[in-house]
Amino acid sequence: MASTTALSPEILAKYEPVIGLEVHVQLQTETKAFCGCSSRFGAAPNTQVCPVCLGLPGALPVLNRRAVEFGALAAMAINCQVRETSIFARKNYFYPDLPKSYQISQFDKPLAEHGWIDVPTPNGSKRIGITRLHLEEDAGKSMHDGFADSRERTYLDLNRCGTPLAEIVSEPDIRTADEAYEYLARLKEILLYTSVSDCNMEEGSLRCDANVSVRLKGAEKFGTKAEVKNVNSFRFVRAALEYEIARQIEVLESGGRVQQETRLWNANEGRTYSMRSKEQAHDYRYFPEPDLPPLVVSAAWQHEIRANMPELPEARRKRMVADYDITEQDAQVLTGTREFADQFEAAAKATKSPKRVANLVQGELMGRLKAAGLELTQSPISMRGIAQAADLTESGELSSKMLKQLFDHCFETSEDFPVVYEREKPQQISDPAALETMIDEIIAANPKQVEQYRGGKKTVAAFFVGQVMRLSKGQANPALLNELVTKKLDA
Amino acid sequence: MNPSHSSDTSKTITLEDVRRVAELASLELTAEEETHMQRDLAAILGQVAQLNQLDTTEIPPMAQVSEILGQHAGAHTQALRADVPRASLERAAALSSAPDTDGIYFKVPKVIER
Repeated sequence: MASTTALSPEILAKYEPVIGLEVHVQLQTETKAFCGCSSRFGAAPNTQVCPVCLGLPGALPVLNRRAVEFGALAAMAINCQVRETSIFARKNYFYPDLPKSYQISQFDKPLAEHGWIDVPTPNGSKRIGITRLHLEEDAGKSMHDGFADSRERTYLDLNRCGTPLAEIVSEPDIRTADEAYEYLARLKEILLYTSVSDCNMEEGSLRCDANVSVRLKGAEKFGTKAEVKNVNSFRFVRAALEYEIARQIEVLESGGRVQQETRLWNANEGRTYSMRSKEQAHDYRYFPEPDLPPLVVSAAWQHEIRANMPELPEARRKRMVADYDITEQDAQVLTGTREFADQFEAAAKATKSPKRVANLVQGELMGRLKAAGLELTQSPISMRGIAQAADLTESGELSSKMLKQLFDHCFETSEDFPVVYEREKPQQISDPAALETMIDEIIAANPKQVEQYRGGKKTVAAFFVGQVMRLSKGQANPALLNELVTKKLDA
Repeated sequence: MNPSHSSDTSKTITLEDVRRVAELASLELTAEEETHMQRDLAAILGQVAQLNQLDTTEIPPMAQVSEILGQHAGAHTQALRADVPRASLERAAALSSAPDTDGIYFKVPKVIER
């Protein structure tokens, strides 16, 4: 077995990997693809099954309209053309988690074809082609371990059987493990924005298989590919592909030939294993599903489906950069999820400085979330809280030091900013004499601005208010301060 | 089946073909059954070969009769289901014809690879 440590960068550089990804995503319908059983995750085993999804004789499938709509919406979001007529087919294989002994899928006439998405690379944006998106049904869940008789028996929960899936197949356009990661990240983001799936990898809502081959740079023909299965966490995509690329290069470098085979990624050991499938075992003998009529998604229906298309992440980032004077990088963070972007935009409209809100998210929030091991959606500080903090710093009522302390406090007690601020906010200075001393100091230090004010530019008063607020570390009573500044300047 | 077709096409179905199809179908055939199957399959293919003599260039492939019925029934192709849950089977009923169960799961002989 290849140990993949011996390869020098020079040897690696001689080869070019060719990668295509197959992504299975569960569609977030209420019910299964072909029967009315609930498709909700986490129910007691074998309580969401019926004659159709158990494959009992005589039961007939009826397609879920919503699954078609979700599939078509996802297809449109990744720039695919939806076929007006697509055909379901039977994919035949024996495995206990597939009680019918065939999976209803689509073969030569899939729901949609010819799409693409753009992914960022070190050399700029790159377009990755999408061959097809088709509809199919999920299999049940096998449990191989954990029972007293696990040595002799496999346990089956068929609740998942028949859950609608969209399979999205990319062109072999991907050239590095990083590109594969970006492709997956972009695809997941788009699917989340369209709300067709929750894309939860832990619960198996999004699964990824990779076809990997390597060839000498400049070669025209693709090398022999291996299919790497079970790359079911974003963390492992890079590691699994890098391992497999190095393994294949090592095989070639030592004079061997890459076998066409299916390999399983083992995350614990950080390597892929041959599944040693019997030769020619994969002959699925596809044929048209006789129990389902052709699926017709008419132009009118496609139009209806397209009307539900939300603004997609890439377009939204461009618009937000223009609308709120924020950077690309800000926009990238703020559009991490659709909900977060919505919250930012709601806050941005109510705040004096959207740019400052973006800065706080980047500068003060993300680091704290990372340190606490939290996702954006789990932040104790809401976007409304960040907007309030931004406005308070903008007006000088809150020093940046104070803000940092309050944010720390929010993370310690898991409270939102407005709550903490209300309780912990600095004592206000409402003593006119104390404020006047500070105002005098600022006036003395800024003769030019005093001259501007007295020359008729009354807006300069705000400058003095801000300076005194800073001097008082945000503790000056704002209303009183305003009044006193005007009085002093007019004197 | 017309035996004359069988003799015409038997050469096109080898014993290897029969064994391969049996393997894919998870069937174990005796030597006697293999030759029997070879004869039957050849006869069936012979019958289909006869159909292949017809000119079908202008006829779209048809996978199910509902397509023909649909031409008369109108919007049959939109026979889709609303995404509304219906009651599933009681677990006990679902497991009632399972060869082996612990009352919660279906149990099958140990499987390791797909």
